Amino acid sequence: MRYLKDNLLRGLLWLSAFLSVAVLVMIVGFIFYKGFNLISFDFIFGDYSPTGGGGIWPMIVTTIYTVLISLVIATPIGILAAVYLQEYAKQGRLVRLIRFATESLTGIPSIIYGLFGAVFFVTTLKLGMSILAASLTLTIIVLPVIIRTTEEALKTVPRSYREGSLALGTTKLQTLYKVILPSSMPGILSGIILSVGRIVGESAAIFLTAGTVAAMPESILSSARTLTVHSYLVTQESGDIELAAAVGIVLIVIILAINLIATFISKKFNKATNK
Amino acid sequence: MSIPTTNKQAVDIGKANKRKYMLEKVSSRIFLICALLSVITLLLIIGFVFYKGAHPFVVEGYSFIDFILGDDWVPSEDKFGIFPMIVASIFATIGALIIGVPIGLFTAIFLAEIASKRIAKIISPAIQLLAGIPSVLYGVFGLAIIVPFLQNSLGLVKGQSLLAVILVLAIMMLPTIVTVAETAIRAVPQTYREGSYALGVSQIGTIFKVIVPAAKSGIMTAIVLGLGRAIGETMAVILVAGNSLIVPTSLTDSVRPLTTNIALEMGYAFGTHQEMLFATGIVLFSFILILNFVLAKISSKGGN
Repeated sequence: MRYLKDNLLRGLLWLSAFLSVAVLVMIVGFIFYKGFNLISFDFIFGDYSPTGGGGIWPMIVTTIYTVLISLVIATPIGILAAVYLQEYAKQGRLVRLIRFATESLTGIPSIIYGLFGAVFFVTTLKLGMSILAASLTLTIIVLPVIIRTTEEALKTVPRSYREGSLALGTTKLQTLYKVILPSSMPGILSGIILSVGRIVGESAAIFLTAGTVAAMPESILSSARTLTVHSYLVTQESGDIELAAAVGIVLIVIILAINLIATFISKKFNKATNK
Repeated sequence: MSIPTTNKQAVDIGKANKRKYMLEKVSSRIFLICALLSVITLLLIIGFVFYKGAHPFVVEGYSFIDFILGDDWVPSEDKFGIFPMIVASIFATIGALIIGVPIGLFTAIFLAEIASKRIAKIISPAIQLLAGIPSVLYGVFGLAIIVPFLQNSLGLVKGQSLLAVILVLAIMMLPTIVTVAETAIRAVPQTYREGSYALGVSQIGTIFKVIVPAAKSGIMTAIVLGLGRAIGETMAVILVAGNSLIVPTSLTDSVRPLTTNIALEMGYAFGTHQEMLFATGIVLFSFILILNFVLAKISSKGGN
């Protein structure tokens, strides 16, 4: 009886693992199988044509814009906030409040961020549906990610580094940017790279704040569509699964590259600290 | 810095020190402001969404009860009832949990406890990577594969249905649940296993009676994170939900969950209609808070 139960459970474990792997392989396989024929130099670097057969270069450019603008704003703020929480703040009510706010921001679904962006950045600040409005919304989305990963990185810097530096008569600020930040750089970097993944994969918030114009953006105040929004729209509007899958391949390759870089950096980091 | 020999040098050093102290003070203030920004944005988000969403009920005299329990959503006729969407969201979330959690958890156990190191080393990173794939692509897959499959195998007129939403969300939460739960299970100390084996408990018995209970809080985190991804998902759901405004009575009904209502109509809504979409956002938000609260309660109860 006990053996029967054991074997049954063991069988279920195998079955679940098989199911998970099979489904996930199917998704990636499906995207590549459906979209592969469309992938070409012209598809990636060609201008979009509404009549079909065009490329996705405007969407790639829009995606790059959103990534760059959001990171330029979120990275310094996120790092300095983490520095405050780890190096300066006295533990107490204020720190608890900040931590609570950061954690709550992580739990808000992106459609709510989209609503907020649409009313605050698009309407109240009069930015209109634009790359800038979307990037500012994305800034808020990735800020908690950067704060948390930077905090973790700062925690790994040994206390002795700080003490050694301060003992040499440096100020807290000098210790921070000459000793602490350089030695936690790899951890901070992989946090930033993970945020890139989050921005590239985001769709709902961008859909509500950047709009859907399928053309090369003239400036960051133009409405434009990112790769994910493009993939959604071609599926929803024209049912063009092949095109959506081809955009999907580009997205998956970007995510893959981002993950490889992050792994590479953290591996290098671990080697350096284990010496 | 050398020892000051003249008065002038001493004054210079004093000035330099003063500047240094100023710099210290100013920079620590800047750090504080950056940290406070997350509090400010959270307040702004809650403030704006609630202000907009509460406006029709507080100022314009719409009934909140009618909004929540009303069956009809016809903005052009000034009818705003989101009951069908609330039911759709609840069913979709619970359904995805019922399918996604056991499969995800069992996969995590398999990878951490049963699979050989070589196999786990290939599969775990691959699954981790899949957690990063944009959710839109899960929707594209759902529309191209799951929807026609349901249509053909169940003989439906339209494959876009509650069941399709449940399946897509369950698949979408799998990588998150597997990755986080696997880490939690691997963190259980080896001595627990050895102790259990020494008492003559089988491997499977050890897994379910010792290791899973020991990793419970990590497993709970995995479920909460997976749930968070499923419940807030919008674009992928639009593609497979069908978006009919009816209270679903079976798994094969076409549905419109809360998130999709916002995304579908926000583009052209204005006035009261737009405010009602913000109110939909508030309901979604409260929904998430309640679910997280319930899950936290369940996990702490299990601890006693």
